[in-house]
Amino acid sequence: MTSLLTCKEFMQELSDYLDATVDAELRRKLEVHISECPNCFVILDTTKKTIEVYKGVQPQPIPPEVYSRLMKAVEKKLAATHKPG
Amino acid sequence: MAATTDAGVFDESGLLAKAREGDSAAFSELVNQYSRKIYRLAKHITQNDSEAEDVLQETFLKAFEHLGDFQGQSKFYTWIVRIAVNESLMKLRKRKSDRTVPLDEPLDTGEDTVVREIAVWDENPEQQYSREEIGQILDEAVQSLKPAFRTVFVLRDIEELSTEETARALEISIPAVKSRLLRARLQLREKLTRFFKRKGDDVFAYL
Ligand SMILES: [Zn+2]
Repeated sequence: MTSLLTCKEFMQELSDYLDATVDAELRRKLEVHISECPNCFVILDTTKKTIEVYKGVQPQPIPPEVYSRLMKAVEKKLAATHKPG
Repeated sequence: MAATTDAGVFDESGLLAKAREGDSAAFSELVNQYSRKIYRLAKHITQNDSEAEDVLQETFLKAFEHLGDFQGQSKFYTWIVRIAVNESLMKLRKRKSDRTVPLDEPLDTGEDTVVREIAVWDENPEQQYSREEIGQILDEAVQSLKPAFRTVFVLRDIEELSTEETARALEISIPAVKSRLLRARLQLREKLTRFFKRKGDDVFAYL
């Protein structure tokens, strides 16, 4: 018989479980735990949503003045590196 | 244009080959492709606009300087992320005298994984908050994390580096990446729950 996980043990494995890096036996134990523990089920579900919401965020455009200073610095560097002669 | 193939696909290895030969248009194209993500990364780690701008410039200037060292075993993006992370961490270390929490503080206090808020989320938070408001909520939550947690979360869950790539970029062990990521995710979950939880709901609905 496999021993049951405590909530604390569940929490320790939560991140690896979401990244699908736990082995089959541990996965089974974790799934038994969430089927019996509503709190951990909600924590798992909202942690998963937390990760999803950040993954969907596209980077904002760089402020135009920051971008133009960047391109100027890059061009200066390129010109200095590839001087003819 | 040299920037894309006939199919309009971003041809990174072609651009890299040209940039190595000193083709400035090709290098500019690479800068253009990744600068937004590098700037966001730098802002997340340094939390400072002018330092983030320094990091942005330094990253691409160094990338250009060392383009010959880039062998292509890793992705170009992963390679410049490592440069950007180094530059950003240097900025943090330079301000060690201020109140910024150092990166190497003891982290495993156990306090970090304490869960206080347990509530299901609203199915459509977009109905309660505008896109701008959600963006601000997400940003402020990340900014409230300690640097050691923040950097790991940003690399793993925002820039989507692997655990191994994150460990290498930050020069920490894989278990350290995992434990910091767990804590960062739980802390963010806690903060976001305050905004996104279903109204009039709490855990007792599930018992
Ligand atoms: Zn539990």
